[in-house]
Amino acid sequence: MAEITPSQTVGPYFAYGLTPRGKYDWKDTFGTDLVTPDASGERIRIEGRVLDGDGLPINDCMIEIWQADAQGRYASPADPRRPNAAFRGFGRAGTDAEGRYGFDTIKPGPVPGLEGNMQAPHVVLAVFARGMLRQSYTRIYFADEAANADDAILTLVPPERRATLVAPKTMAQGRAIYTFDIRMQGEAETVFFEV
Amino acid sequence: MTFFFPTESLRAFPPRLYPDYKSTVKRSPTKPLIIIPHTLSELTGPVYGQDAVQPGDEDLTQQHAGEPIGERIIVHGRVLDEDGRPVPNTLVEIWQANACGRYIHVVDQHPAPLDPNFTGAGRAKTDETGYYKFITVKPGPYPWGNHYNAWRPCHIHFSLFGHAFISRLVTQMYFPGDPLFPFDPIFNSVADERARDRMISSFDLEATIPEWALAFRFDIVLRGRNQTPMES
Repeated sequence: MAEITPSQTVGPYFAYGLTPRGKYDWKDTFGTDLVTPDASGERIRIEGRVLDGDGLPINDCMIEIWQADAQGRYASPADPRRPNAAFRGFGRAGTDAEGRYGFDTIKPGPVPGLEGNMQAPHVVLAVFARGMLRQSYTRIYFADEAANADDAILTLVPPERRATLVAPKTMAQGRAIYTFDIRMQGEAETVFFEV
Repeated sequence: MTFFFPTESLRAFPPRLYPDYKSTVKRSPTKPLIIIPHTLSELTGPVYGQDAVQPGDEDLTQQHAGEPIGERIIVHGRVLDEDGRPVPNTLVEIWQANACGRYIHVVDQHPAPLDPNFTGAGRAKTDETGYYKFITVKPGPYPWGNHYNAWRPCHIHFSLFGHAFISRLVTQMYFPGDPLFPFDPIFNSVADERARDRMISSFDLEATIPEWALAFRFDIVLRGRNQTPMES
């Protein structure tokens, strides 16, 4: 047995190393556009803001997402059903001065869940920032999915808090935009998971 | 090989709210976290191979026309899982201040010089034995506004992936014997002394290259155990 190395904050200065985006003399490993030309499925955008306990934007936040492809398969050795596209399902964003982040991706399909049941389509998301000694995990569900009502994870959340995990849909130029704001605290505090 | 991720191991992590580190106060959840079982969504994670790392990305002293000022060091070690097995082919990203304790980030206004020959970012991929190696310069300590006369101990930021989205780790590597340890709330947010010690690299005379660079060893253990308990 080996004991795990503790987490520490990503700090205020990660951007030049993890999200340089041409502003620093370093190459990006991961971006905000997950769509590969060969990926099937509906092209969507996910965007939102990250807000602190005073409702102020967190402008030095890193958001990472992980999702299945449109057929509900993860591009990971731990998923035996390997995708047949280059779609990798991982994205990384840094928030701007207004605390905004956004990803261009495809809508994931339903994913196998517990005891043979399927989970509603969702994206898992981790929040990193100065003032966060470890990442916080949450999930983005899609407002137009009837399957949300029976999702085994969503139903573990008290009903009055579920809405914080369900991204409403708007259309712009023929493309669906799902808005997912992340509130670290307050009345409408986003549900975070212990995983 | 399939892995499971005991949540008990997370006891080694700092709490989300740690008021001595002031910016945790408005940025940590106040409502109870919802405990969920691990599904395929938690048990899978991104895999990035050769294409994520280019030759030279692991040498932070060779990214510019000249060599950076500072104490040249080798930082190396292995990435392991909770069974002590290597985590091969996993991405390791680092970023750090320069030898004067100044980050290249635009927000850092510490009145110490920037080094035109040092960006401070690197990446490497572990080999089949979980081994990685960086060449860099030792970062300096720097002041921050958390409290009166607050200085961060020298550290290098590390970002790792491992086998699943929930084995993802962002941490900081410290240097042995730093006099700032007792005063740093970020370091001391980890309650257990043995766990804190796991964030401190060790001086590695054996890997030190004579006439050239000191070496520091930093082994990193990520969440994840084999699904099948090992025979003892």
